[in-house]
Parts: sequence; structure tokens; C-alpha cells
Amino acid sequence: MSRQARSPSHHVDTGTPILAVSGLSKRYGEREALRAVSFQAYAGEQVAVIGPNGAGKTTLLSIIAGIQQPSAGTVDRAPGEVGWVPQEPAVYSKLTVAENLELFARLEKIAAPRRIVERMLELTGLGERSDELLANLSGGSRQRVNIAVGLLCEPGVLLLDEPSSSLDPRQRERLWEFIDGLAERGTGVVFSTHNVAEAERHADRVLVLADGELLFSGSAESLAAEASKNAPAENFEEAFVTFLRESGH
Amino acid sequence: MLRKDLVILRRSRLLVGVLVLYPVLIALLIGFAISRAPAKPKVAIVNLSPPGQAIEIGNNRLGISHYTSSLTSGITPVALSSRAAAVQAVSSGRVLAAVVLPADITQKLSSVLTQAHIEILYNGNALEQSFVQSTINSALAQANLTLSQEIKQLAAEDIDLILKGGNFDVLGSSHEILGLKNITSVLHEVLRVQPPGPVRSKLERVSSFAEFAAQNLDLSKEVLATVSQPIQIKDRLLHGDRTPLDSYAVVVAVSISLMFICVLLAAGGLALEREEHTLARLTRGPPALVSRSVVLAEKTLLAGGCSFLVAFGMLAGISAFVHLDWGRAQFWLLSLAAASLAFGALGIALGALAREVRAASLLAFLLALPLAFLALVPAGSVAGGLYEVIRVVSFVFPFKAALEALDAAVNRASPGVGVSVAHLAGLTAGYVLLARGALSRST
Repeated sequence: MSRQARSPSHHVDTGTPILAVSGLSKRYGEREALRAVSFQAYAGEQVAVIGPNGAGKTTLLSIIAGIQQPSAGTVDRAPGEVGWVPQEPAVYSKLTVAENLELFARLEKIAAPRRIVERMLELTGLGERSDELLANLSGGSRQRVNIAVGLLCEPGVLLLDEPSSSLDPRQRERLWEFIDGLAERGTGVVFSTHNVAEAERHADRVLVLADGELLFSGSAESLAAEASKNAPAENFEEAFVTFLRESGH
Repeated sequence: MLRKDLVILRRSRLLVGVLVLYPVLIALLIGFAISRAPAKPKVAIVNLSPPGQAIEIGNNRLGISHYTSSLTSGITPVALSSRAAAVQAVSSGRVLAAVVLPADITQKLSSVLTQAHIEILYNGNALEQSFVQSTINSALAQANLTLSQEIKQLAAEDIDLILKGGNFDVLGSSHEILGLKNITSVLHEVLRVQPPGPVRSKLERVSSFAEFAAQNLDLSKEVLATVSQPIQIKDRLLHGDRTPLDSYAVVVAVSISLMFICVLLAAGGLALEREEHTLARLTRGPPALVSRSVVLAEKTLLAGGCSFLVAFGMLAGISAFVHLDWGRAQFWLLSLAAASLAFGALGIALGALAREVRAASLLAFLLALPLAFLALVPAGSVAGGLYEVIRVVSFVFPFKAALEALDAAVNRASPGVGVSVAHLAGLTAGYVLLARGALSRST
């Protein structure tokens, strides 16, 4: 089994958590989408939420982001401390890159909106395309603007829902370089993904959700080790599938 | 948010083009239609009566042209010489219909005892047939009325002659008639000098009859007028002022344009936020970047403001064709503002129900068009139960209330501006609550 680890200089501050989720449950009528999920995230940490379809990954992230209300449980995070990057770019296609950033910066009530826009353009590498309409950009560039909007308020934690699902491999690589860079600068990153290889490669910790239940919280290595107790797995994806099967999912 | 939406609107050229051109076209069409007299259909007239013949009533002659000129008042006449030519003209579509006056028409009209018949030739589909029948029937009714009035006039002159006396011509020679009233005075003079006896007694009886006949014949002119037009209309409007048809058409055109622009813009604007996935980003929290109420208010105001400006521009433009009382402009503004808000609220409710712009636009069209049509159905034109249903539907949809508010503002129609504006305010509140609920539920 081979893993491509993140930069060795990467540091996770495990002091005070910047996000604490406790006993989070969500019901839609008779169906339980989340069952008492608890975890914490720290500055500079990348947490991957993985699981099969319908596991409750998007529900968990959208409750942390404040889009949905939980049926039970709490989310502790400072107001404005959570940046949100939905799966589909949530930006205006008839506005330019700069106009989108400036609009959301003003809505975030940032003191110097133009300055932060310049910074985000530089960070996302979209400076030369700042006057282009979003409608004319590629999926990858749109996703970069989408992430930049999530970062405008310089949040302690950035939530990303399937950030690379609509991107080609090259765009995906650039995106992860960008996200890794954020984490290295101290931003906590919680992302959901179907691509377990991405979780293995970029996450400091993985949370395995299935049927709304948190089955595992730990490093990718420990998940692989857990799944390989009885029979060694060829790779992390196989280990993950074995783990789910052994957990009854 | 408002600035952002204005920028998006400015960049949506096709949408803005449709939103501006549509009401302008409506306004121009209304103005053009109202400022022009209605087109008169071409109808062939074939007069087969011999030249020089006239309708003879008593001692008077009435040319057949009196009749044909009345007949052609509502049409564009095309004179043809034969029935065959008329058949050919109708078959080829050169004329809509043909009226054939038979050779014996003057004789039959002169006889008074026999009804005259004319022949109408027409062609075409059911709609054209219906149009021809109503046009020709209307023209015939007018011609018959004119003819009966002419006959009444001639009869009245003859009665006058019998009553008051005078000269009349028979076969070129003039004769003097004494007249019933003169007979009475002559008889009274004779009776004054006539000694009592059988002759005086007979003369007194003749005098009494002459007096009786003179008094009753005097009444016969009024009887003739009543018989020629037995029912006269005296109409009275219970509430408000009488609304001219042209200014009511203006009100309908402006209301329809206002409704479409406002509902489409509000529904599309809110649906766009969902289609672009920005609504969740804007309203997540606490603290939310923008609350749902502010988003709804902004969409309502944007749609309402744009449609208000276009509708007011339409009214101002149409006033070049139709007289509108600018002294009531403050009522126009009030009713347009209330209607814009109500339509905007309906639009955001539709936008909250739909998840994308196309679905919202389709929903807005499918709902607005038939409901506006229902609001224009007049009372008594459909079965009672069905009309009650229409009334209820029209009450909960802002079009009828908007139409009534604008009609009251422009034409002083009933109910007044205040009642309709209050109705619109209630509908606005209701639709805003509906939109709020739909938005909370869907997110």
C-alpha cells in the first residue's frame, strides 16, 4: 500500500479546537440522516468526511455551515469563523470574478473590500481573469472563485463539500495545492469527498460516516490498519470498503 | 443586492429587451387600434330594381337610395350589376358578402301590406359567417329603422293634412283639403245660425264626430312614434363614473403588462438565486449575510420598481392617443405602486416554489395568463356557480384588484382606489408569507 503524504512541514495545532461538533443529529420525518455525531477540528488540520452515498456527509457539513438546523446537538464555532464552499459553485455567472468577490466581501461587511478582493485574486491565481464573467470560466476556475468567496472573511475553518467532484485531474491537482496551502497557513479544513484517495493523500484525519453514524475518526493509516487486521488490503480504497463491510454497511 | 441585480439585469439583454419591447408593443397596438376607426368590411350591393322606381307611401315618393345609403353606413359598399357578379365576388373573396335587392322591392315596400325580402350571399368559415351575419344584421336594422322613420314622417305629414287641411297633388292637379279642425269651426258657425230642428240635430252629431276625430288623430302622431321605436333606453350607472371603452382598454393593457413584467421578474430573480446556488450562501448563519426576508423584499422591490416605471411610461405614452386625466396622476401612482407590490409578492411566491428560472417563468406564464383571462369574464356571461368560482379565484389573485384599482384611478370607476389598494395590500402580505414559508421549507 502506498501513500503520498502531505508536506512534512505541515503543522496541526491540537491545542484549542476551532470547531467542536457535539451529539449532532438530524431527522427528516422518520429517517435519521445523522445520529449523534461528535468531533473536533483544529487550526491547520485537514479533516476528510468520507462514506457511501446517503451517509449524511452533506447534511453534516450544511449543519456546521448554518444552512440547516440540527434536530439535536450543538456546533461550537465563533460567528463568521466558518467559511462555506458548496459542491456547486455558489456565485453569479453574470458577474465578473472581481464583482462576485467584491459583492460577497461587502455583504461580509469587510472593512476594505477591494483589498481583500485583490488578495483573493492573487491567492487563487485569477488576477488576470478578474474582469471575466463567471459564465465564461472553466469549471476549475469557477470552483476557485467559489473557494475564494468562502475565504473572504478569513475564516478559522473552511468547509468544502465535494470540492473536486466536477474537476479534471489537472484542475484537481491545482485545487489541492491551493487547499493544502491554506491548511499550511493555519486554516482548518473540513471536506467531504467520494474520492478516498484524496482523503488519504490530503487529510490529517478521516471521519467515516455511514447511515448518519460516525464509524471512525482517526488518520488514514489507522483506518487502513483497522481494516487490515484480518486480511491486508491492496490500497486505501480497498481498506475503506473492507472497513465498511465489516462495520455492517 | 439591489445593485447586483440591476447589473445582472443590464447584462441580460434578451430579457430586458423582451421586458421593454413587450409593453411598448402593447401600448402602440392599443394606441393605434383606438386612434383608428374600425375597418369596414367590403360588401357588394346589387340593386335589381328598375332605375327611377321609388317607394310610394300615400302621396309621397321615397327613392330606394334612402334605403341603400342606410344599409351601407357600416360597410364599404361595392356596387355590382347582377346577382351572378355578386356570387363570383363572394366566392373569390373579393367581398365578404353581397346584398341583393330584388327587382320588386319598391313595389312591395310601397304596398305596406307585403314584407319585402332581400338576399344575402356569404361564404367562409364559422367565424367569418358569424361576423357577416352580425355585420349585415346590424346594417339591416339600421336601414329598416331609417325606412320606418321616413314612413312615420310621411304618415305624420298626411295626418297633419287631414287634421289641419292644406293642398295636395293628385295626378298633377292641386286640391285643397279643409281639415278636421277647420270642419269643426265651420260647423260651429253654421250651428250658431241654424234653428233647432232635425237638420241642426244631424249637424250637431257631425260636429261631435269631427271634434272627436280631430282630438284622436292629434294623438296618432305620438302613437306612430311609439310604434316605430316602442322601447327607448334610459341607463343609469349605480357607482362611479361611466368608463369609456377606450380608456378601459388602456387600463386592461397596462394591467396585463404590469402583471407579466412584475411576476416574471420577481419569480425569475428569486429562482436565479436558487439556480446559481447563492441563496444558501447568502442566508446561512447566524449571522446570515442577508436574511431571507431581505432577499424577498429586495426581489419584490426590484420587480415592482421596474414594472411600475414601465407601466407608468405606458400610461404616459398612451395618453398621446387617448384622453387621460393627468389631474388624477397621484391616484395612478398609488394604484400602480400597490399593484406592483402585489404582483411582485406573487412573483416571489412562484420563485420560491420553483427551483430554476425556466420553471419559474413557465409557472408564472401558466398561472398569470388564464387567471387574468378569468378576471375579465363579465358577470352573467357564464353559469352562476361557475361565476362564483371565478370570483373567488379572481379575489385571491392580484390581477382583478389591480385592474379595479387602476380603473378607479384612471376612470373613477367603482370600487374606489382605496378599496382596491387595501385589497392589493392584503394580497401582498399573503403572498409574502407564502413565499417566506415556501423558501424556508425548500432550504
